[in-house]
Amino acid sequence: MTGYLRDAAALARKDLLLELRGRETLPSMALFVVATLVAFRFALAGEAEAASEGLLWVAIVFTALLGLGRAFVPEREQGVLDGLVLAPCDRSAIWLAKVVATFAFLVLVEAIALPAFALFFGGVGAATLAAVLLANVGICAVGCLLAAMAAAGRARELLLPLLFLPLAIPIVAGGVGAGVTDDPGRYLGFLGLYDAIFAILAWASFEYVVTE
Amino acid sequence: MIHARRLSKRFGNKRVLDGVDLELPRGGFLTVTGPNGSGKTTLLRLCAGLLAPTRGELRVEVERGRIGFLGHEPLVYRELTALENLELYGRLYRVPERRERIGMLLGRFDLWEARRERAGSYSRGMLQRLALCRVLLHEPDLLLLDEPFNALDAGGVALLENELAELAPSRTFVVATHDPARLERFTSASHAFA
Repeated sequence: MTGYLRDAAALARKDLLLELRGRETLPSMALFVVATLVAFRFALAGEAEAASEGLLWVAIVFTALLGLGRAFVPEREQGVLDGLVLAPCDRSAIWLAKVVATFAFLVLVEAIALPAFALFFGGVGAATLAAVLLANVGICAVGCLLAAMAAAGRARELLLPLLFLPLAIPIVAGGVGAGVTDDPGRYLGFLGLYDAIFAILAWASFEYVVTE
Repeated sequence: MIHARRLSKRFGNKRVLDGVDLELPRGGFLTVTGPNGSGKTTLLRLCAGLLAPTRGELRVEVERGRIGFLGHEPLVYRELTALENLELYGRLYRVPERRERIGMLLGRFDLWEARRERAGSYSRGMLQRLALCRVLLHEPDLLLLDEPFNALDAGGVALLENELAELAPSRTFVVATHDPARLERFTSASHAFA
């Protein structure tokens, strides 16, 4: 187990280092989420308050999609996935590392997005914050598996949204529910359950996604 | 070490390998030749376990971590330095005394001075040398090399030939090449695709 976590840590460190040097994913995600929130603010002037919770979740899901689309780009463009797959480590460590790195990117982007959202739409509750953190786990767990699947295909730019968005609907439902209800516990529990189920499924099936 | 019977591989409607029979004992050196698109790379990828046969039987009697695979791409991250790339592979392959081994290989392949430069700034020949360092890092038992002399200058070719001469008696090799004459002295078996 220690070896497994050490492999995942080394791979995640590599992903963070690649982003630090390339600076391709994070700035795009940050710009996208802020631009989306600004666009919503002006598009729904006057009516934004009622729909604000939903707008936040739409912005988060599409921003995450942007990051997930880039998750396996270094491996695909440079063929490195073959090298990683041949290594004697558990292949799910590659998935876990991508989840950790994408989670980190998402949290950093949300550190910009949530204050911007609060500025435009009037506050972010503790339940919403908890829901966002829980949703990040599910988004990254499912998204990194689907990103690996899409990276192997030809129409990868089309494939990832087509696979990811239907699976993100429960996340949006849970997140919005947690933000608008007086009893967010049920929705947070639902998000936690989603995370647990999909993280286990993604972890167990990653091996089959990266091998023929 | 490698047993293939009626090995076939299709990509969609395209048949790339059709009924290939191969026997390569431990310590053997198989040279695979043939024109572009004849299936050399596919055979190597099948042996590495990166592809699954469509039909037929393929047995490779070596653990995944004991294979050294050199493909068309160097399989390194361009944004990382040579040292960082080898360090990452060394960790994943559980190479004992990793730093010493990496230093020795970088020195041997004349990359020591450029070890802290990003792989993306390397010339094609330097990338091929780095790829060879990656392949040899974990001292594999089975080496699958696809056009290993590609992009190497005279010095690089000499280095690789020395490496092959040193390793050939104790390792098993499958090498795809357009220049079988260069490997003649090592070759124990050959397979020519039409």
